[in-house]
Formats: sequence, structure tokens, C-alpha cells
Amino acid sequence: MIKTIDLSKRYGDKLAVDAVSFVVEPGEVLGFLGANGAGKSTTMRMIAGFIAPTSGGVSVCGYDIERSPVEAKACMGYLPEGAPSYGEMTVLEFLDFVADLRGMRGAHRRERRAIVIERLNLEAVTGQVIETLSKGFRRRVGLAQALIHDPRVLILDEPTDGLDPNQKHEVRRLINELSKDKLVIVSTHILEEVHEVCTRAIIIAQGRIVADETPAALEARSRYHNAVSLRFEHADQMTAALPELAALPEVEAIESDLHALSMTAIPKRGLRVLPAVSAAITQHGWDVPELYLETGRLDEVFRGLTQPAAAPGAAALAGAAP
Amino acid sequence: MNTVLVIFKRELRSYFATPLAYVFIVIFLVLAAVFTFQVGGFFERGQADLQPFFRWHPWIYLVLVPAISMRLWAEERNSGSIELLMTMPLTLWQAVVGKFLAAWVFAGVALLLTFPIWITVNYLGNPDNGAIVAAYVGSWLMAGGFLAIGTCLSAATRNQVIAFVTAALVGFVFLLAGFPLVLDLVRGVVPTALVDTIASLSFLTHFEAISKGVIDIRDLVYFAALIAFWLAATAIVLDLKKAQ
Repeated sequence: MIKTIDLSKRYGDKLAVDAVSFVVEPGEVLGFLGANGAGKSTTMRMIAGFIAPTSGGVSVCGYDIERSPVEAKACMGYLPEGAPSYGEMTVLEFLDFVADLRGMRGAHRRERRAIVIERLNLEAVTGQVIETLSKGFRRRVGLAQALIHDPRVLILDEPTDGLDPNQKHEVRRLINELSKDKLVIVSTHILEEVHEVCTRAIIIAQGRIVADETPAALEARSRYHNAVSLRFEHADQMTAALPELAALPEVEAIESDLHALSMTAIPKRGLRVLPAVSAAITQHGWDVPELYLETGRLDEVFRGLTQPAAAPGAAALAGAAP
Repeated sequence: MNTVLVIFKRELRSYFATPLAYVFIVIFLVLAAVFTFQVGGFFERGQADLQPFFRWHPWIYLVLVPAISMRLWAEERNSGSIELLMTMPLTLWQAVVGKFLAAWVFAGVALLLTFPIWITVNYLGNPDNGAIVAAYVGSWLMAGGFLAIGTCLSAATRNQVIAFVTAALVGFVFLLAGFPLVLDLVRGVVPTALVDTIASLSFLTHFEAISKGVIDIRDLVYFAALIAFWLAATAIVLDLKKAQ
């Protein structure tokens, strides 16, 4: 379990992290979201025990990170931002070094080393010097290092940064597997990742928590939640459909793109628009090859929460499109 | 395995992973030989001792030891690996001591490789080998003093060149603390009692007796205290600056 209480960090007169409190339980995968400079890495560094908080506290596995740092760090695996390591060592030497520091020995050590090498597909590069490896491999070496002692708590600072789509997918699958019996905190600015791996998301802006809920609940905040997007086959049908759909009592606004022959009907808060839209399609006999229900757009919610001033302007612009 | 030992092993191995170790050892041996035979007049003196050899060690260390110490922490900070190291289950002390010991043992290896000169002097005459061993120990202790200073200054920056230059400068002040160059500078600004204290901090004064084979417990305590002081300073500097 990880518990932070009013965690704050001040650099000069800038408050980088401002009274962040949350509790994470085993089995949870917490996505830590925020724009660059919002305080994500600072928070993770304080949890991992690299920097001391200005005020407030962190406890990991029941150990206070400031009073019992060695015990707290022993139950954690941590991947720092950028996956730093010792460039002049080979992958095998590096993993052995970390295993030694973690107090692992004998058969257990060999076994764990083999497991992380296999899980992160490092077999081909075990004898290679780390600084000659590609960014993707270095990131995976960093992950292997964090996993080698089979920790109960995993803190991963941007684990998929710099990976290609296949590697990203692999890492997400790995996190999903691990989450069965572990507590994982992942920081990211890739929103699709939250959807794929996280059971809970915290959005942080200017050092403060602005949202703490499930990814589905976050999506439900979107104005696109339960919106219906459709694509027409013929332009004249679309022009005819625009006023019809806009006049539906459930519809808040219509966003349309005449060029792509597509439009999105945005429902009024709490209403469903799909039945009315599909009824209208059948009634007028429009040729609609694509029709789908949106769950909500995380990027829009994210923007709204992290730059509150810009959000109404963006919404007005979108609403004015038809 | 003991954590200090794990850090020590990695650090020592990393010296030999780059050409630095070999370049250092070769330059050290060449300089030691040049000073002993050319400048020190080893043969001309006609005496079976290693005075001309040990007398130049403080000056050789002044220039070469910062080259060993400069990367200790500056490199960790520059590459970001310090974040990895400091989030492992270890204390700051274990890391500071492990790294320092690696550098110190490395300096010791370079020093031991000067053994041909010891063989030479034994071949040519009958030197006091006890005094020579004492001088070797003293030289190694002094190298530790220079290294501890360099360790602290390496922790204060992420730039290895700055770490080298500042370590050489502070080393120079400690070397000459008992001499007019330094004392005249401070005499005007600090009370006499402090001037005497500064004078007693000189590497040269403390090394001189040891280099002649006289082991005075005060000189040993001096170097041990000096190392402990600078390592404590290293830990404080790291605690304050590691994340910057």
C-alpha cells in the first residue's frame, strides 16, 4: 500500500507539488497524468525516496520513506524518468549489480534474473554494453532492473516513452499482468495508455490533484460522452440531416465536417442521443455506412482539467462549427 | 553481500572499463620515475633510500588524484544514475564510502606498481625497508586525503572538468597550508590562533615525517580525520544537491 499525506515540494518560491494526498491499494494500477512540469516526476521521486518532501509524508508498504528509507525502498521497484543506468556495464553486469544491492543471492538471484530477461525480451543483448543499446532496449533494461526483486510496489515514470508501438504494447501487457498481485503507479502523458492499463487515474495540474477517478468516470466528464458519430454516403443527405438532427430535443450541438461527410451529435448532459439519431436515419432513409457511440474523449477532459482557462474557448469554437 | 562491497566492486570495475585507468597508471609511473631519477637525483645522491621518490608524491597527487575523483559523483549526477542508486535500499553513507574506497584502492594499485623502484634500491644497497613501507603507507594516506577532497567537489557539480579544477585548487591550498604563500594571504584577515590551525593542516608538514619512515600517530590521525571530514561533507552536499 502507498499512502501520501499532504505531500508538498517547494523549489524556491515555486510550489512544485502542493498537498497531494492519496491512497493506493495492491491490485490497483494508478495512472499519474499531467502536462510536462505539472509535478508528476517530483511526486514520484518523493514516493521513491529520491528527494525529501518539503512537508507532508509518504508511506510505502507501511514504512515511512523518511524514517525507514531502506525498508521502504526494499519493497519498491522504481524506474526513474529516462531510465538511467550505468552505460559502461553490460546488461548482465548491471542486473547483477542491482540484484546484489537488493541483497539477492544464489539460485533465487539466477532465477529472477532469467525471468526478467525473458519477460522483457533482453536475451539477445545480455552481453552488450548498455550505452550501445537503442533507446527501446535501454528502457526495457530499466524495467528489468525495477522488476528483478519481484517488488510488491512498482513505480514507473514514463515507462513507454521512446518505445515503438509494438514495444509499447508489450510493456502495457506486462503492466496488466503484474497488476494482478502488485500495486503499480505509472506516470504518462499518453492518454490511450490510461485507458489500456489503469484502473484509476489521477490528473495533476500545477502540483495539485484536479481529478482522481476511474478512466471510465473521466471519460464520462467529456462532452462527447454518449455522443454519436456518423458518416454519410451522400453530401445532399448530410446537408438535409444537419437541421433535422440539430432539432432533436436530446441534442446539445452538432459538430460536422462536410469534407469528410461526417458529423457528431453531442447530447445534452445526462441524455442519450443514440435512439433518436438512429430513428431519424431509418425514418428518412439516409445512407449511413458508419455510426458509432463515443465513450468520451480523454484528451478533451485532460485539456479541460489542466488548462481550465482554455477549455471554454475550445468548446465554443467546436460548437460554432455547424 | 555487503552493500558497501557491492558499490565498491562496481566502482572499481568501472575504472577499468574505460582507458582512464590505464592512462592514469602509465602517467603516474612515468611522472614518478622522471621526478625520482631526473629531478630528484636518485643515483647522484648515492644513498640507499627512497627519499627522492616519495618527496614528489604530494605534487604528483595534486595533479593526478583529481583525475580519479572527478567522475565519482559528477558522472552519476550527469547521467542521472544517481537517482537509480539513491532509490536502492542503501544509505547515503554506504554509497559514499563504497565509492571512495574504490577510488582509494585504485590509487593504491597505482602506487604499488611503483615496486620496481623498491627492488632497484634493494639491489643497489641496503635500505631501511621498514621506513620504506611506512612511507608507502603515508603516501597512500595522503592520496586518500586528496581523494576525499575530490570526492566532495565531484558531488558538488555535474561537470567533471569543474570537479577536476576545483579539487586541484583546494588540494593545492591544503598542500601549502603551512607555507607563506597561503599563510600570508590569511594572516591579515584571521586571528593568529586560526593561522596556526591552518598551518597545522598542511599536507606537506604531515607527510614529511612519514615519508622519512617516521610514523607519528598524530600524522595518521590527521589524515584519517581529514578523510572522515571530507566524506561527511560529501554526504551533506549530496543530500542537498543530488536532485538538481
